[in-house]
Amino acid sequence: MTPAGVRTMTYRDAVREGLRQALQRDPRVFLMGEDVGHYGGCFAVSRGLLAEFGPARIRDTPLSESAFTGAGIGASLGGMRPIVEIMTGNFSLLALDQIMNTAATLLHMSGGQFNVPLVIRMATGGGKQLAAQHSHSLEGWFAHIPGITIATPATLEDGFGMLATALAHPDPVLIFENQTLYNMEGTLADDAGPVDLTRAAVRRAGTDVTILTYGASLHKSLEAATALAQEGVSAEVVDLRVLRPLDDQTIMASIARTHRVLVVDEGWRSGGISAEISARIHEQVFYELDRPVARLCTAEVPIPYAKHLEDAALPQVATIVESVRTLVRAHA
Amino acid sequence: MTALPDRDRARRLLWQMLHIRRFEEKCVEVYGAQKIRGFMHLYIGEEAVATGVMEHLRPEDAVVATYREHGQALARGVPAGAVMAEMYGKVEGCARGRGGSMHIFDAGTRFYGGNAIVGGGMPLAVGLALADSMQQRPNVTACFFGEGAVAEGEFHESMNLAALWKLPVLFVCENNLYAMGTALAISEASTDIAGKARCYNVASAVVDGMDVLAVSEAAAEAVATVRAGRPFLLECRTYRFRPHSMFDAELYRSKEEVAEWKTRDPIPAFLGRMQAAGVLTADDARVVEQEVDAAVAGAVAFAEAGTWEPVADLMRFVESEGVRP
Amino acid sequence: MPDFLMPSLGADMAAGTLVAWRVAPGQVVARGDIVAEVETEKGLIDIECFEPGTVEALHVAPGAKVQVGARMATIRSEGGAAPKASPPLPSPVTQTLTAGPDTGRRVRVSPAARARAQALGIDLAGIAGSGPSGAIELADIDRLAAVASPAAAGTVVAPDEGLAPIRRAIAAAMSRSKREIPHYYLQSRIDMNAALAWLRRENEQRSITDRILPAVVLLRATARALRDVPVLNGYWIDGQHRPVEEIHLGFAIALRGGGLVAPALHDVDRKSCDALMAELRDLIPRARAGRLRSSEMTDATATVTSMGDGGAESVLGVIYPPQVALVGFGRILDQPWAERGAVVVRPVIAASLAADHRATDGHLGARFLDALNRHLQTPEQP
Repeated sequence: MTPAGVRTMTYRDAVREGLRQALQRDPRVFLMGEDVGHYGGCFAVSRGLLAEFGPARIRDTPLSESAFTGAGIGASLGGMRPIVEIMTGNFSLLALDQIMNTAATLLHMSGGQFNVPLVIRMATGGGKQLAAQHSHSLEGWFAHIPGITIATPATLEDGFGMLATALAHPDPVLIFENQTLYNMEGTLADDAGPVDLTRAAVRRAGTDVTILTYGASLHKSLEAATALAQEGVSAEVVDLRVLRPLDDQTIMASIARTHRVLVVDEGWRSGGISAEISARIHEQVFYELDRPVARLCTAEVPIPYAKHLEDAALPQVATIVESVRTLVRAHA
Repeated sequence: MTALPDRDRARRLLWQMLHIRRFEEKCVEVYGAQKIRGFMHLYIGEEAVATGVMEHLRPEDAVVATYREHGQALARGVPAGAVMAEMYGKVEGCARGRGGSMHIFDAGTRFYGGNAIVGGGMPLAVGLALADSMQQRPNVTACFFGEGAVAEGEFHESMNLAALWKLPVLFVCENNLYAMGTALAISEASTDIAGKARCYNVASAVVDGMDVLAVSEAAAEAVATVRAGRPFLLECRTYRFRPHSMFDAELYRSKEEVAEWKTRDPIPAFLGRMQAAGVLTADDARVVEQEVDAAVAGAVAFAEAGTWEPVADLMRFVESEGVRP
Repeated sequence: MPDFLMPSLGADMAAGTLVAWRVAPGQVVARGDIVAEVETEKGLIDIECFEPGTVEALHVAPGAKVQVGARMATIRSEGGAAPKASPPLPSPVTQTLTAGPDTGRRVRVSPAARARAQALGIDLAGIAGSGPSGAIELADIDRLAAVASPAAAGTVVAPDEGLAPIRRAIAAAMSRSKREIPHYYLQSRIDMNAALAWLRRENEQRSITDRILPAVVLLRATARALRDVPVLNGYWIDGQHRPVEEIHLGFAIALRGGGLVAPALHDVDRKSCDALMAELRDLIPRARAGRLRSSEMTDATATVTSMGDGGAESVLGVIYPPQVALVGFGRILDQPWAERGAVVVRPVIAASLAADHRATDGHLGARFLDALNRHLQTPEQP
């Protein structure tokens, strides 16, 4: 029984609802990308929108990631509010030149004259047996680039609400939707609206250890925290939500409470966002730490196809639990 | 043979080409004095292209250019002092010293750079045209690029997208035969650039880029097509007289070839024809020379008098101001 | 090892400031020679060398603050013979726990634990941590804080930064003692009649300046009792009881400005009363002037605190870590004394033993007090 004022839906529905409301609200908004129209979106996110808004605003593109991403930049400069959908994070590399060399750079390179109010959405992450060219989590990598915001909505509320906030933002925002979340069911308030795009959120309070994570790993971490509670370990779970700019304040405040921290990162370890977070922790709250910062990242391997291998490559509930156990275990 | 211009227009065309020429010659001089640093790519020899095309753009149209864009910027009307100050790295520069020679930007003239990624400006131009198209504005986006960009995927993607969506982009290919030091003939299986455009259903034409009147006439037709809602590619056959950038031994082309092209220098060619036809006099030419010299001196004086942006402002413009706490 | 390092002169010493060199490069030094004068929290201390050799180089300039364990000089052993290992410093906590050069075996402390310990004024020395590889973690500090202040763990008042260095040092050492050492206390009243009578006779033969004080008698008797019950003489280090053979008694000397030090008198059991008296005469003013030798600061194997005239009737002391025993003497008082069914008046002293229950038990402690009584009844024995 769903309480009054909320609707039960999937994450996919929530993102679609966010798109629909944005298109209804602002005539400058349009969606373009591969198969967003007639196909209904590779992950069926935009299904039905073509019929509702027409081909000018639900714009199927050729397989030209660089051109349609660059066109999104140009259109945003020309007064539109484009939402560019890139089918998966891996394909975004074909548009990396436009994202990095133009979208992220133009404002500064032009001495503040040309801001780029562009939103780019893409599916990210492994877990669907899509192998090594459709499964990577590159959001941490994009978070290296100054001038853009990297959003990683993990909840229905954020999947719905981050889009509106991103569209209102004057500079480029990249939204990474983890593809394993699309089928996740939950509820969305009827009056759900734009959400903040600067703060991390404590999704579960705890006292013994902080788990910093985002995206699909948020839900694995919450499950792990429930399991750990049975063992008497109280884990605080922080949903980073935005990887750039990082919300240092929330991160550090949590560590000041727990003194132990595990970063669960969907990306690879070397040079990844977990490395950045770990470095900041040492810079800012070194004297709060009771153990070295621990990290659980995706194995440094191109994501393999076979299920058991893919599972082994990604952070999982069991490995999160074990990492936390190691982190809180007394040795003498 | 192209029609003769009247005296005012002839004077304007001469003034514009000569302004670009003298401005860049001055750039070489101050570069040597280390006032300008970094990469600097000169347009000398190609002045007829920007001059001829810009004649047909309106203030509300947009321009996207490359890293060899001093000529386009000046022809478009970006103040010469702001361009020179930008190369000096001064805060009075058109991009506050953050762009330099390769990244001239000017919102006032809708001049969108200054893109130093070969082919990188083309999708941007497509997007600017898309915005105009979706908002039913009769604007043209002129996108300048060299023949080297034709090898980039973004050229092909952009041609296709512009044609597919019927976007008002004027693609101006400045074919100066060399992508840095690589001749077109050794990098492209087919050197017919206008022909490549036709493959994408983009109308195209080839014009002598050393003849400002020919360029202008071709551009007039091209712009008319574009303003009607179709992309167009104008291939201008031209030649740069100077090295690719300031430090280039020019091993890839012969002195004879350069000398041969210089006999077709667009400025004396145009002036000679105008004087022969009685449109301009030697006095006109002298006055234009004096005016141009004064304008260039003014630009240099503006740059010299410019100031440095405080280092405390280094982090400005990474993100729009006043958005984040 | 030709390196001459800043020695640790106590459990609470982290660093010292070099005041002056007493040697120069090229100088030949003998074991025990004073090498340098070092200002510490406890005052100016003469630092000796432990190996004969030739001074090759001085690495630190006067005025420099030198961490314990840091190299001060290079002293080459004579004949190039392999130098004898440095005598083990009795302090188990020669590692510096604050910043400083790596002394080879850095105590592992989590940053949070270090910060909390500092806030609570808890000395990290000698704490066995429960973290990986024995690292000290927050939980360890919290346990200690709870012990230090059972009423309200976590509200322990940190020592005032404004305290005199000597007070801070005492605070640290005594806090550590009470935190770590499970003390037990025994006390006996001892008839001092025989001892004082012997002393009077002895002093009659001496000039005023050579007279022996009762404290010497007490020290000698203590040393001999320790020889009888040697388990009380030595240290508790790294969880192990380590009795030693030499009996060097720390003798508590009150300082005029407040505070006290307990420099060591060496080999007390083997020295005559005259020799001990001479040493005491030398030691007391030096201690009060803050000019103790490093060996005197570190060598004590047990400590004696004596109230002397005008002091309290009895004293139950706090053991100086890592020692395992402290012997306390109250003021000698004429008191009623029952002997052979009659009450007589005798000079009586309350002798106490504070001992580390990890190392010994009360049964052994009682044997010590018994032995002490015996030796005080036979002061004439050489």
